[in-house]
Amino acid sequence: MSTAFDLLYSETEEELRSAVRALLADRCAPADVLARAETGRPHDPGLWHTLAAEIGTAGLLVPEKLGGQGAGHREAAVVLEELGRAVAPVPYLTSAVLATEILLGCDTPEAAELLRELASGRLVCVPALPLTQAPGAPLPAAVRDTGGGILTGTVTSVADAVAADVLLVLADTGLYAVPAGAVSLTEPVPLDLTRPLATVTLAGGAGTRLADPATARAAVAGALLSGAGLLASEQLGLAQWCLTETVRHVRGRHQFNRPVGSFQALKHRLARLWLDVASARAAARAAADALATGAPDAPLTVAVAQAYCSGVAVRAAEECVQLHGGIGMTWEHPAHLYLKRAKTAALTLGTTGHHHALVADFAELPSP
Amino acid sequence: MTAITADHLLTRVRELLAAHPPADTDRADFLRARFDAGLAWVHYPEGLGGLAAPRTLQALVDTELEAAGAPDNDPRRIGIGLGMAAPTILAYGTDEQKRRFLRPLWVGEEVWCQLFSEPGAGSDLAALGTRAVREAGSGDWIVDGQKVWTSSAHTARWAILIARTDPTLPKHQGITYFLCDMHAPGVDVRPLRQITGEAEFNEVFLTGVRIPDSHRLGAVGQGWEVARTTLMNERVSIGGMRIPREGGMIAPVAVAWRERPGLRTHALHQRLLELWVEAEVARLTGERLRQQLAAGQPGPEGSGMKLTFARLNQEISGLEVELLGEEGLLYEDWTMRRPELVDFTGRDAGYRYLRAKGNSIEGGTSEILLNIVAERVLGLPAEPRDDKDLAWKDLAR
Repeated sequence: MSTAFDLLYSETEEELRSAVRALLADRCAPADVLARAETGRPHDPGLWHTLAAEIGTAGLLVPEKLGGQGAGHREAAVVLEELGRAVAPVPYLTSAVLATEILLGCDTPEAAELLRELASGRLVCVPALPLTQAPGAPLPAAVRDTGGGILTGTVTSVADAVAADVLLVLADTGLYAVPAGAVSLTEPVPLDLTRPLATVTLAGGAGTRLADPATARAAVAGALLSGAGLLASEQLGLAQWCLTETVRHVRGRHQFNRPVGSFQALKHRLARLWLDVASARAAARAAADALATGAPDAPLTVAVAQAYCSGVAVRAAEECVQLHGGIGMTWEHPAHLYLKRAKTAALTLGTTGHHHALVADFAELPSP
Repeated sequence: MTAITADHLLTRVRELLAAHPPADTDRADFLRARFDAGLAWVHYPEGLGGLAAPRTLQALVDTELEAAGAPDNDPRRIGIGLGMAAPTILAYGTDEQKRRFLRPLWVGEEVWCQLFSEPGAGSDLAALGTRAVREAGSGDWIVDGQKVWTSSAHTARWAILIARTDPTLPKHQGITYFLCDMHAPGVDVRPLRQITGEAEFNEVFLTGVRIPDSHRLGAVGQGWEVARTTLMNERVSIGGMRIPREGGMIAPVAVAWRERPGLRTHALHQRLLELWVEAEVARLTGERLRQQLAAGQPGPEGSGMKLTFARLNQEISGLEVELLGEEGLLYEDWTMRRPELVDFTGRDAGYRYLRAKGNSIEGGTSEILLNIVAERVLGLPAEPRDDKDLAWKDLAR
């Protein structure tokens, strides 16, 4: 067991949080998110530029010598908490976490060059993997190199592909960087309008090889672990917003000549939800800290955080809809954006059931 | 005054160990010397077991003394004295009371119990009806009433007691706080047998018990305010424990699962994994709370930990009974016993299942704690109530 783990927030982390929160309050209010989602183009390139380049969050996981901030998972987790709180439609999890971690695992000049571009916020790069791809699960083998880096194959449910400049493609012969112009995208209608999906078809497009098959698979596996661990912080932020907004609503809404928040049935539900959120905070912080320090039990801590935080986020969003009453069912109230994000996040990077199975392995509690 | 540092405390510890080598010192003598050296509660004032040092340095002293093989004062056995009576006496006691009571309390020579709850005043503690009437002339108080759920009453030398001294005032105002001699005539302690078969608690009948006014704690009528200090410390002591991964109630279930493959089913596996994860998250939440306290930023999570542990203990012990199959049909022993401590790990699964039912009742029911979280943490409005301004004697009961 790791000896010195830190579950609190540092002053630097709180400063980073304030900067991100202020930006999102200004440029990413729920009404803005909804309006953009309705156009079918949820991403806001201007918002991304400020967040990624000006505040410098895109390079938090990238070492300074590669143009990044040289920070770590704890700081990235704080950014994700704020993005979750705002259901912000930005490719942070896909580009600044998953693609970045894959490239960090490659250790080639081509990968280093891409990392510089990513860290500066000039480039969005997303992994061509299904959003449901879980750490510890078999990696897809749909893409083939037909010779000389000419790739063919199809990958479904690729998140944020529409915002990407470059896709990272895992093929039988290794990992490739493929420019967005060399692939074709079809876009199904997603349940979560703020994290759009695409089917990526590689029909003979050329890519730059970044890593051999073994390195590529190890890099992807490491990135999926980080992604799953940090997703817990996005889920925490989402749950926190749902709780705060619901408490605010029941304090102000009167029925039977009383604020509805004075009824014990509702108070107990919200108190339980608060407990769940406080627990999710400890779980998500533990995962971020374990990833940051490379703790030996990081895979278990990540599986615990994912197995727990998915449920809390969904419960928080469902309670938010229910306790808002009729308004919670409307399109105009943002509760549905949170519910849709929470429910899809529960499938993202492994379901609760998958993470339970990982816990069974790591904690030596074998199935019958 | 210069602040007490870690080095200063370590020097004191070494001096104590040199003057009273644990190997050839009587246990009680060592503990008395430790108290007198100010190393009992380092944050207490000098002369009262402490050195007015930062509370966070206590762990350092404890670790150092434990490593040297020093005897401890069996804090679980005297938990009510340490956790509840002592901080209340420190906050509200006269100099005379502090000098008289704190040392034997800490050394464990005098065990304390808490005479708060009554058959008619559980969650609504301020509704209590035990009367204390002041005798003209002597100024002594004469106490009559019945208390319940009193742990340690059968071993206790002293009790903290709240009683009603003015029934014409609203219920929170007419209460006074006393230190009650458990050996006084009229104190009758009877075992209260529980669903486990054990009599871990007691009922205490008070009939014409005489308490001198010098054993009153705080002003007449101020008892509720004093009791709040006690209750606040009770919840702190419940939430502040540090546990290792797979500590607590999940441990015997995990061990049975690993060692007895024949018991495994898929349905039980799902529940086990869910509860294992929740137990691990609860452990992390407790650890985060501990880190917040150590960093001087106490968070509201403390009020939640007891709720979490109560629910988890109940669910996990319920699963354990089912997991054991035929063995789960059995119970170790229904003989009435009088344990000094709750021993969750030393007994069988059936005991754990039954005893855990108390976790959501003792020390504040889960329903009351949820109200506290809702009102004090989330700022939700109180439910309308009509008992606050009524005289106690006019309340329905």
